[in-house]
Amino acid sequence: MTGVLEVDDLSVDFGRRRLPAVRGISFSLAPGERLGLIGESGSGKSVTALSIMGLLPENARVRGQLRWRGENLVGRPDAVLSRLRGRDLAMVFQEPMTALDPTMRVGRQVAESYILHRDASSGQVRGTVLEALGRVGIEDPQRIADAYPHQLSGGQRQRALIAMALMNRPSLVICDEPTTALDVTVQATVLRVLNRQLASVQAACLFISHDLAVVAQVCERVAVMWRGRIVETGRIVDILERPRHPYTATLVAAARFDPSEPRAVPADLDAEPGAVPDDLDAEPEGAPPTRPYGGEGR
Amino acid sequence: MRRVPLIFGLVAVGFVVVAALLALVWTPYDPAVIDPVHRLGGPGWPHVLGTDTFGRDIASRLMAGSRTCLLVGIVAVAFASAFGIPLGMLAGMTHGVVSRVVLRATDLLYAFPAILVAMLLAAAFGGSSLTGTLAIGIATVPVFTRVARAGTLSVMSQDYIWAARGSGISWASIAVRHVWPNIAPLIGVQASVSFGMAILAEASLSYLGLATPPTTPTWGRMLYDAQAQLFNAPLLTLWPAAAIVVAVMGFNVLGDALRDLLDPRLREVS
Repeated sequence: MTGVLEVDDLSVDFGRRRLPAVRGISFSLAPGERLGLIGESGSGKSVTALSIMGLLPENARVRGQLRWRGENLVGRPDAVLSRLRGRDLAMVFQEPMTALDPTMRVGRQVAESYILHRDASSGQVRGTVLEALGRVGIEDPQRIADAYPHQLSGGQRQRALIAMALMNRPSLVICDEPTTALDVTVQATVLRVLNRQLASVQAACLFISHDLAVVAQVCERVAVMWRGRIVETGRIVDILERPRHPYTATLVAAARFDPSEPRAVPADLDAEPGAVPDDLDAEPEGAPPTRPYGGEGR
Repeated sequence: MRRVPLIFGLVAVGFVVVAALLALVWTPYDPAVIDPVHRLGGPGWPHVLGTDTFGRDIASRLMAGSRTCLLVGIVAVAFASAFGIPLGMLAGMTHGVVSRVVLRATDLLYAFPAILVAMLLAAAFGGSSLTGTLAIGIATVPVFTRVARAGTLSVMSQDYIWAARGSGISWASIAVRHVWPNIAPLIGVQASVSFGMAILAEASLSYLGLATPPTTPTWGRMLYDAQAQLFNAPLLTLWPAAAIVVAVMGFNVLGDALRDLLDPRLREVS
């Protein structure tokens, strides 16, 4: 089998005037592979993500091919796509503050897609949900599962969203700037959680960001988007040293690297060689390793 | 202090409901019995609130009237919600033809005042409490459609709807599980306002003779009868007016307080 997802000459335009947002991009993701998609606002990153999910508005026109395990998804009816969504194909959204329904308890929301795709009843799922919340480093999952989103901190909500996306062990997780709305310390722990979870379910990941330093903590490879095109693709270490496109050069110059983490390879992956699927239950309960202030507050 | 509106609303609504229930089995006097000797009596004993032009006991008539008012309000609002809310959600969740058809139909209905609908129904079936209530309900449908659509539109642009779509949840489930709970507080407030409006509308329809027949006491009918004696006996007008104010205010305040109590976002603001 080749890739989980192959994007081939994908173009998206909007409205009657056919305003182009994405102009003929191609890339592929092997099983378990992580690709960063980086670029400024309006460069077409999010439109690319939404077109893979099949969530573009009705006035969007998609051309080219999106091959999911060899099968083209472009133009397939929504019923086909919605069966993929949430089960094989999951997405973590940018704004943890608004991506959770304020009127639904967190536990029910995390369980929603799991129940949908497995025909399980909500009673049986409770244990699974608590386990999933524990895995993403939420202390006291009982309390959090019964809480409403506004009672959680930004970091806790994003963890809950990660737990939600990974409930069905998808083969591909699309992360659309998952840490942009979080402050730097919380961002670091959330990225660590994301890394560990992706590794444990061996999901491929398309990680969208405008921050090269953030992408470097999750991905080995990166594609640079600029005005709807991919202008450069390669290993992050190579791009950092020898940016070929002028836009990439400015991105590299603007990236803010933590001096304590000079390497482009995610430190956590090296530190935790045992993070494989069988390891799920052995995962230490509670918080990720470093919590500088002893907690995030509520 | 936050509980004051809740308690006020509960007391006011409870007062009307108890009066209506009590009127089913007991009123101080028979509300229909005429006693010309004691006509236009002031408040006192044994007629607590006095008597009207025909010597009928006002307190008894108010109690009997509260029954009709409650029934009209509840049925009219229930009717309007049952049709208006699903239509509004449909219009808010769809684009293009469906949404436009619903909205234009709503506008069309909006152009018909309740009085016209009531006249139409009264002409076809004869004026009664039921036709009056139905007319008010029909005229209120577009109000609920619009409020539901406005709420749905704002909910649909939220990230959690995208997130739900991203989890593969169908539009129908999204409507029930994510859209409805988020617009429910809005609808609740509209329902309490519409309830008050329905009581007032019933009063004016009865006043015009398009709803409840003159033999059945209602607050609107009482206002109508009192009008002729406005200068002789101003209190006659005051009592039914006060009853309407208490009921309408009570439901509005109660609806507002319940919204605050039930909305998780407002429940604990830390």
